[in-house]
Amino acid sequence: MLTFAILLPFAAATLLAFAPLSGGLSRAIAVATAALALLALVVVWAGFTPGAGFQAEMEIPWIPALGVAWRVGVDGISLPLALMSGLLFIAAIAWPMEREVNARQYYAWFLFLEGASLGLFLTLDLLLFYVFFDLSLVGMYFLIGRWGHGDAQRAALKFFLYTLAGSLLILLAIIALVLMTDPLTFDMRELIALQPVAGMDLRAGLILLGLVIGFAIKTPLFPVHTWLPPAHVDAPGPASAILAGVLLKMGTYGLVRIAMQMMRETFATYALAIAIVALISILWGSIVAFAQENLKRRIAYTSVNHMGYAVLGIAVAGSAVTGHEAARDLALTGAMVEMVAHGLITGALFLIAGAFWARTQDYELGHYGGLAGNAPRMMAAMGLASFASLGLPGLAGFVAEVQIFIGAFAIWPWLAALALLGLIVTAALFLGMLQRIFFGDRPPVLDGFADLSRTEIGILAALLALVVLIGVWPAWLLDMIGAGAALTFGGG
Amino acid sequence: MPVADLGPEIALIAGAIAALLLAMVLPQRRLGWCLTPALAALAVAALWAFAQAGAARLTFSGTWALDGVTFWARGMIVVATALCLTLAPRWFEADRRHGEFYTMTLFSALGAIAMAGATDLLQLVMAVLLSSVTGYVLAAWHRDWALSVEAGMKYFLIGALANALLVIGVILVMGMAGTSDYAALKGAEVSSPLALTGLALIVSGLAFKLGAVPGHAWMPDVAEGAPVPAAAFLTVVPKIGAALALYRLVHLFPETDMLRPLIAALSVLTMTLGNLAALWQKDVRRLIGWSSVSQSGYALMAVAVADLAPRALPSLIWFLAAYALANLTAFAVIAHLRGRTALADYAGLARTQPAMAAALIVAFLSLVGIPPLIGFVGKLGLFLVTIDGGYAWLALAAVLNTVASLFYYARVIAPMYFAAPPDARPATLGRASGAMAVLCAIALIGLGILSGPFLAQAFGGIVLP
Repeated sequence: MLTFAILLPFAAATLLAFAPLSGGLSRAIAVATAALALLALVVVWAGFTPGAGFQAEMEIPWIPALGVAWRVGVDGISLPLALMSGLLFIAAIAWPMEREVNARQYYAWFLFLEGASLGLFLTLDLLLFYVFFDLSLVGMYFLIGRWGHGDAQRAALKFFLYTLAGSLLILLAIIALVLMTDPLTFDMRELIALQPVAGMDLRAGLILLGLVIGFAIKTPLFPVHTWLPPAHVDAPGPASAILAGVLLKMGTYGLVRIAMQMMRETFATYALAIAIVALISILWGSIVAFAQENLKRRIAYTSVNHMGYAVLGIAVAGSAVTGHEAARDLALTGAMVEMVAHGLITGALFLIAGAFWARTQDYELGHYGGLAGNAPRMMAAMGLASFASLGLPGLAGFVAEVQIFIGAFAIWPWLAALALLGLIVTAALFLGMLQRIFFGDRPPVLDGFADLSRTEIGILAALLALVVLIGVWPAWLLDMIGAGAALTFGGG
Repeated sequence: MPVADLGPEIALIAGAIAALLLAMVLPQRRLGWCLTPALAALAVAALWAFAQAGAARLTFSGTWALDGVTFWARGMIVVATALCLTLAPRWFEADRRHGEFYTMTLFSALGAIAMAGATDLLQLVMAVLLSSVTGYVLAAWHRDWALSVEAGMKYFLIGALANALLVIGVILVMGMAGTSDYAALKGAEVSSPLALTGLALIVSGLAFKLGAVPGHAWMPDVAEGAPVPAAAFLTVVPKIGAALALYRLVHLFPETDMLRPLIAALSVLTMTLGNLAALWQKDVRRLIGWSSVSQSGYALMAVAVADLAPRALPSLIWFLAAYALANLTAFAVIAHLRGRTALADYAGLARTQPAMAAALIVAFLSLVGIPPLIGFVGKLGLFLVTIDGGYAWLALAAVLNTVASLFYYARVIAPMYFAAPPDARPATLGRASGAMAVLCAIALIGLGILSGPFLAQAFGGIVLP
């Protein structure tokens, strides 16, 4: 079933790439494919027992000489991320294209990217993990470069170079990690059980350093986040939504799955350093976002801030091999919820930003104002998403952040107190953004500004309904994650 | 003498002679028919080599090894040569005499195979010389075109120097060790300064054939100026032979402290120089030439850890196969576009020639090492063995270089895919080159995914003595 969910988008992408179909039909095929992939994941979810380790597993040998195989399976860490990705891909694909050129190839690349993203979260083989990690770069490169605007080629290349550098460091670290096993195996389950670098000093530290730098580029954390703003600003709205909602999660997922679970001791040794980097990202992301006059750039920098919370939660969770179980458990759950919530919320925000671009080809906040009268539905959607993003109680962001902070206060109280400052700045920057767009005097050029169309509002409603649902009734998600299991024996 | 041991090589000679005889009697417009005996000879050679797959013995008084290395060298070189020759009939259609091109190419391929198979220093010299003299002719085949003549001249001048150094090196080693036989040299004490100098000179002589520092300077000129089928051949085939010959040589001296660091240093220099020089090239063929230099640097990574890591040989073999296939794909696309080289000519190719653009993109991404293409499996193996062999810094240098290389490949990919096409459709060469490009691109994907069995076979390969 998982294999089906991964390969179906690839197959459909191949079909779209070669068959001469019309734009409308391509779109229909793409939406149907994404829906089917999500359906397959929901079926897996229906049969999922929380806290019982890896499930729905499957294994087919690929390169036996190197211990590489097609291995898939899910646990409480990967299933929520895969489900969220599946949903967000439907939203991004169904969202109207900004520029109607080469629709067939556009949808083909989106499906290709979906296959790579789902594959990354669902695979249990480290080499396949890397394969999908790289494929996601290729897909996003072509989406930004071909369908972006402004200086899109430059932004796409910068994105590709930065993240390829990160991914190759990850590859070296993965190889070094795997070389500790005999016979060679890239099986994640075995590596988690073996803890191949336990008890080693410098080499284990270097391996962790490679992993952390690689994943920090992808997440992104300060100071290697600089590829993110241009990539977001010049990408088409739906591609931004996927970039922020799904691709950034690959970094944090890798940190949990590889760095934290496979190198538990080493991770605990350096957890404080990682937490400090996360803290800097939280503060830096929020302050820099506050200073941005460009709508999309502002949202982009809040991603740095939010992913900082997630990494802080992960660092807290991995800060010790034993002890503080309750706090670490809470922090990991919080980090996982943050990833899901950030995917939904920021995905929605970037789709809305895309709607702005489609109407005015302008992201300058100063050029907007007084749109509340013209576009009440847009205001409602953007308002809800912004409030969720700044962590208003009753919405998904709050559930995540409160758990991360409770966990962090138990381990490093001073660090958590500093990180709280980020929340205040974030609140100010979102409120200021809403105010400048929707209130005040409306410039005359915006008189004809159209409200969200029915397709757009339907997609946003689905995403935001989930944000509210997680906010008021998070139990189902927390159950699925079952973080305690992930801390102790790897599966969740 | 067990003549059958050299069956594949004899088949190549027979095919070369048959092509030559045929070229003498055919009228100019039929000269392309010489391809038939050449391909037939290559097919016989391939089958014969396959029949000897399991052999592991020295033959012809210990001057020739029948082992895993020779088997893979024969296989890769025969296939690569066949692919290059397929491009030739249409490319040389207007050439007054090109029947000899097939003969010359087969002899050159023979020289490359002989490099990989040689287990005697004198035999190695003969092989390098055979591969070189034929190579000069192939590079300068368009004798009315200044760039081609320049390429041939440069290849010849550098080659003459490198081959002289090689011969001096061989003499020094022979003189100090008292033998040229690999079996006798194996594990011999090589510590005297003269012998070490000799060894270094041999390495630099082979670096010329490999296109590595210090003998790399001919590579971009040949890629740019030689006829495209010859450029494809010269950037790929001698490199396969030289890399495997170098592996054999390093394998002989497990105790010599100097040899591996020397190779590792050459490796870093080569890949960095090649990549830096390729960064701002405005000519796609020159760019591929410099990228070929950097790829030689990657190949040297596996040579540096010969015997230090148990998987060094299969990694080297599979990397060479991946490189050869990707480079041939790129040259097939260029041949199909009638040798257009200016970067600007490639703008909008994805819309005027979607299949060619896709093939070139796949080839470049394979050279970068993007999964699941075969280039990824090749590079994965290199990283794996260098870390395993204790040269992790070399792997890190290769990573940095790979990122840099993406930059210049993207300089070709981006305008192809993102820019608007010019008004005129580009002229193409005909069906053979187009089909070959597409088939090679499919093979880059297919062999990447199906690497398992091939790697398993390469793992079984032994190296003699």
